[in-house]
Amino acid sequence: MSKTLLEMRGITKTFPGVKALDNVNLKVREGEIHALVGENGAGKSTLMKVLSGVYPAGSYEGEIHFDGQVRHFSTISDSEHLGIIIIHQELALVPLLSIAENIFLGNEVATNGVIDWKQTFRRTQELLDKVGLKDSPSTLITDIGVGKQQLVEIAKALSKKVRLLILDEPTASLNEKDSDALLKLLMEFRTQGMTSIIISHKLNEIKKVADQITILRDGGTVETLDCHHEDISEDRIIKGMVGREMEDRYPAREPKIGETLLEVKNWNVFHQHHRDRQFLHDVSFTVRAGEVVGIAGLMGAGRTETAMSIFGKSWGHKITGDVSMRGKPVDVSTIPKAIDAGLAYVTEDRKHLGLVLINNIMHNTTLANLEGVSSNTIINDRQEAKVASDYRSKLRIRSHSIYQETVNLSGGNQQKVVLSKWLFTNPEVLILDEPTRGIDVGAKFEIYSIINQLAAEGKGILMISSEMPELLGTCDRIYVMNEGRIVAELSKAEASQESIMRAIMRSGEKH
Amino acid sequence: MSTDTATKTTQPSVGEYLKKNIREYGLLVALVVIMIFFQILTNGVLFRPVNITNLVLQNSFIVIMALGMLLIIVAGHIDLSVGSIVAFTGAMSAIMLVKWGLPAIAVVPLAILMGAIMGAAQGYWVAYQKIPSFIVTLAGMLVFRGMTYVVLSGRPVGPFPKEFQVLSTGFVPDFLSITDPSTSLIKNYVALVAVLLLVGYAFYAGLRERRLNAVNETENEPFGFFAVQMAIIGVVAIFIGFQLSTYRGLPNVLVIMGILIALYAFVTTRTTIGRRIYAMGGNEKAAKLSGINTERLTFYTFVNMGALAALAGMIIAARLNSATPKAGVGFELDVIAACFIGGASASGGVGKITGAVIGAFIMGVMNNGMSIMGIGIDYQQLIKGLVLLAAVFFDVYNKNKG
Repeated sequence: MSKTLLEMRGITKTFPGVKALDNVNLKVREGEIHALVGENGAGKSTLMKVLSGVYPAGSYEGEIHFDGQVRHFSTISDSEHLGIIIIHQELALVPLLSIAENIFLGNEVATNGVIDWKQTFRRTQELLDKVGLKDSPSTLITDIGVGKQQLVEIAKALSKKVRLLILDEPTASLNEKDSDALLKLLMEFRTQGMTSIIISHKLNEIKKVADQITILRDGGTVETLDCHHEDISEDRIIKGMVGREMEDRYPAREPKIGETLLEVKNWNVFHQHHRDRQFLHDVSFTVRAGEVVGIAGLMGAGRTETAMSIFGKSWGHKITGDVSMRGKPVDVSTIPKAIDAGLAYVTEDRKHLGLVLINNIMHNTTLANLEGVSSNTIINDRQEAKVASDYRSKLRIRSHSIYQETVNLSGGNQQKVVLSKWLFTNPEVLILDEPTRGIDVGAKFEIYSIINQLAAEGKGILMISSEMPELLGTCDRIYVMNEGRIVAELSKAEASQESIMRAIMRSGEKH
Repeated sequence: MSTDTATKTTQPSVGEYLKKNIREYGLLVALVVIMIFFQILTNGVLFRPVNITNLVLQNSFIVIMALGMLLIIVAGHIDLSVGSIVAFTGAMSAIMLVKWGLPAIAVVPLAILMGAIMGAAQGYWVAYQKIPSFIVTLAGMLVFRGMTYVVLSGRPVGPFPKEFQVLSTGFVPDFLSITDPSTSLIKNYVALVAVLLLVGYAFYAGLRERRLNAVNETENEPFGFFAVQMAIIGVVAIFIGFQLSTYRGLPNVLVIMGILIALYAFVTTRTTIGRRIYAMGGNEKAAKLSGINTERLTFYTFVNMGALAALAGMIIAARLNSATPKAGVGFELDVIAACFIGGASASGGVGKITGAVIGAFIMGVMNNGMSIMGIGIDYQQLIKGLVLLAAVFFDVYNKNKG
């Protein structure tokens, strides 16, 4: 347990104009789970890229010792050869190939280029047994969920004789159950002597599995905490990450709740692809002015689908039900109509559905309301720049100007650009789908503050989130969804992690 | 964190600016270099008045189609059928003029309408049925070519009445006529005056833009760049204007082309329609979720392309004074190449009208220069292919480095 497997000493990596890493030290003991935490932009990913050889030896300063020797990796395959394997946040699997084909992709069991399928399937089966995946090796990746895909990635890593497994945000897109299973698996591997580094924003998970925690901030090492010597609280970790005490992770708010804005009644929706399967059943809910309403539920409960089907019928088909605003029925059959009705939908997938990444902040800000900065279809440049600058300073979008491409912004700042876009349409009700996913602690706080401010201005907020503490910390009322139905409505006083889980479990038994 | 948001826009240094905009300057420099290169290799034939006029006439239709193609490519699609639309609309205008005896004034709008309908027929499948544009327009390319053979019965139709031919071979008359054209060097003052006015306006508009940018703290290019760029464009334009004025003046086609370039440059950079096309090409799903009717927008980019191809079809027919079933074969490739040389991205969302126009002229000058030098069509194709590859490699290289 005490032998050092990996030591990175004094790593400094500069990009033109930016010092991404400044004298970073990381020491990982053999057979432990080492957590690497820090806000977005703290340098975690850069450090892992240095380690894996994405940035070749020579392009950074400092030394890497692995297994007692100084190593110079000039390509990824150099580091993989020694058993350093990274599983990236965005999984690198080919959707239309089978599990077996994916696991041995680039590393096929073959003689003279002819694949030995029997052997491939046998070895895949062994690997799948190890990671506890029950699907057949011939199942296509596209047919299994993200949680299982994550397991396939791990199986793929195991196929390569892994010594050090690095997982970048492995549970970011997993629901609680899959996350738990994954963490259990990691702990099981630990008992077999495998070393892993886990990068995560979910502090409760880190607390559960980590032996040591290294905290990075602004490209430097802050400290390494040993979880066996002292009891490390989440607040303690956050303090290291942000460099100050966060008294409260959720800003306080005095709710001033007014009339009912959005009311949805008996919303029934059939599945987008499996066209004869009803996906949402009689969903009804209300959002009032100045109110933050949450929707809790597991992955696949139908929360995003509810939001998207209401927002211009952008998901599903055979949609029936009534939507009204301030008591009057409204037509939401297309997205422009939904926007006119006063709705805005901030998607959970800001990179693929929220932003035009190759466009700048200004163009993204005005995209949903170009009429607001143009007359007779001619855009008024100055007015547009002013609108974008106003939102940039109001929402504190960290960037060098409104002309910066959004692809270069951090997750939190990207999310603020998406929010700007929708605020500029002047909606009455904002639907926020996982508004803080993949965003660091400091930026989360800012997003919550914006939500509070919008509610104070009398807007209605419908917030979908998989992080229960977040819902409990920000919402006035929480609906619980499961299997396409609203199964409970909890007031702020009634809501707790336990009551939400209980509602989900109980409804599961009924069906 | 997040307290330093209010930092003012800083003016970039010359080096930074050049790095960021290397593509645009590179393109302009490449065009100038290629022009000088062929001017030398052709012993000065390239810039002779009659050859400049030819250059314009030979390339006008490629430039006109490149305007529409750029929108298609920015929207994330491709149109392989333009060469066949050129042939069909050219053939139909010939039939309307020669066989049905319709006046040119009626034939021109009718043919453009036909082109628009052909574009719509393809746009429908791409936009509303989500069939990849490559396949739809490949089908269109075959169908429209076949239709051309059918309506022409495989034989050329011509010649055309004078008032139709002026579309290609006419010149703007010299209503200024300051000196007697038979004795003076300058035969057509309109060309010279028009070019001088344009250059003057471009300079004025450029300065105004810079002043507005300074007021709004928008990024400005360093003044040195602005001055050098203006000087190069001004000198080249005035020189060409002068040369044209010593021959027959401004070709009508050049005027049509100029107006269209200005119109499309304006639409792409300053209007909501242009902005939406770029957003759609950059991320169609995000654009759709922002309330943009992406289907309709895609549909109309194809309608627009069809109309422009029809105009090009008539210009070609008028120039050759006959419509043939083989007209426009392979033009789609020149048009598409012009857009990519001009910096458009094959994955959509990126590209400029000015780039596509310069790209078309790079191809045009190379065609013309190599023809004058007597280089065979075989080597011409080979060289053009390599230039296209090099231009796109330059883009990719810059992107990876950045």
